[in-house]
Amino acid sequence: MARVLVNVPKTAKKGDVIDIKILISHPMESGQRRGDDGRVIPRKIINNFVCMLNGNEVLTLDLFPAIAANPFFAFSAVAEESGTLSMTWVDDDGTVQTQLADITVT
Amino acid sequence: MIRTALALLLLAGGAAAASPHSGYWDASKPIRAMQDDDAANPGFLWVQQGETIWQDAQVPSGQSCRSCHGDAASMRGVSARYPAFDAKLGRPLTLEQRIEQCRTERQRALASAPESDELLAITAFVGTQSRGLPVAVDTGGPAASSAAHGQALFTTRMGQLNLSCAECHDGLAGQHLAGALIPQGQPNGYPLYRLEWQSLGSLYRRLRNCLTGVRAEPFPPNSPDLVDLEFYLASRANGLPVETPAVRP
Repeated sequence: MARVLVNVPKTAKKGDVIDIKILISHPMESGQRRGDDGRVIPRKIINNFVCMLNGNEVLTLDLFPAIAANPFFAFSAVAEESGTLSMTWVDDDGTVQTQLADITVT
Repeated sequence: MIRTALALLLLAGGAAAASPHSGYWDASKPIRAMQDDDAANPGFLWVQQGETIWQDAQVPSGQSCRSCHGDAASMRGVSARYPAFDAKLGRPLTLEQRIEQCRTERQRALASAPESDELLAITAFVGTQSRGLPVAVDTGGPAASSAAHGQALFTTRMGQLNLSCAECHDGLAGQHLAGALIPQGQPNGYPLYRLEWQSLGSLYRRLRNCLTGVRAEPFPPNSPDLVDLEFYLASRANGLPVETPAVRP
């Protein structure tokens, strides 16, 4: 399990713009580098990231090898309803990890 | 006239190098913003891991850091004093070495590999407790000879390029080496996240980089020479705020 830091406000007023930040520890190996033995280090990146609120899509990202290790995503959204934000990302090796954060909109 | 003014400016720059100046101010604005925002600072991935280690009971003693030290807030001010002179051993110990000593002698756990993620994480977690406090390393009394030895190493020319640390980081700090600004080399933010490393790294990793940079043989990890040098470097940063985990380019 990758280490993750999520920053989502716990409460927000309806109609407010909120900032969502997530930092994921990940090597983001580009597949372009060679190891000490001269062999290519296989590509291992997060290739897809989806943020959903109560089953509705907030943001989807397709990621490519130029992104540095330990990627940091920051985006904003308009607070419309309370619920659970789920952030899910897919690794090249097929690993899927999900991080949840609750938000109450008043 | 202009030339005199320039010379005066250079002199003023040289004089300013005498007072400690954190590498934070030499980093670009986006990097400073990254360090200032705990949600964006990748060093906090390790701090978070360190917080877990703090509470983990170690086999076989069943003791965690927390069992003796309680809340991590009790560690406030500790990293500002390190490396600190150990009277029993008669030499200074770095924070990593002190943590390892505690781990192997009191928790009776296996030693961590040097520069392992676990050791960096717990060091960063302990270090973060002192954020903002001024570095206050005591080089008085019995510690004086170690600090003097560290200073001697700092001013000794080494390697094929025949450079000493002091030559650039005391003498030419604030000026440029090709496109790169020469910082004073203050160690007030270690362990720190370096964008070039894409990872958290110890002061030893930084010094190893410097030494290979001047084509010298790096000191072995935890060697007395290395610790004396780290000890002197820390005392040179006395008064600067602890920034652990700092972010640098």
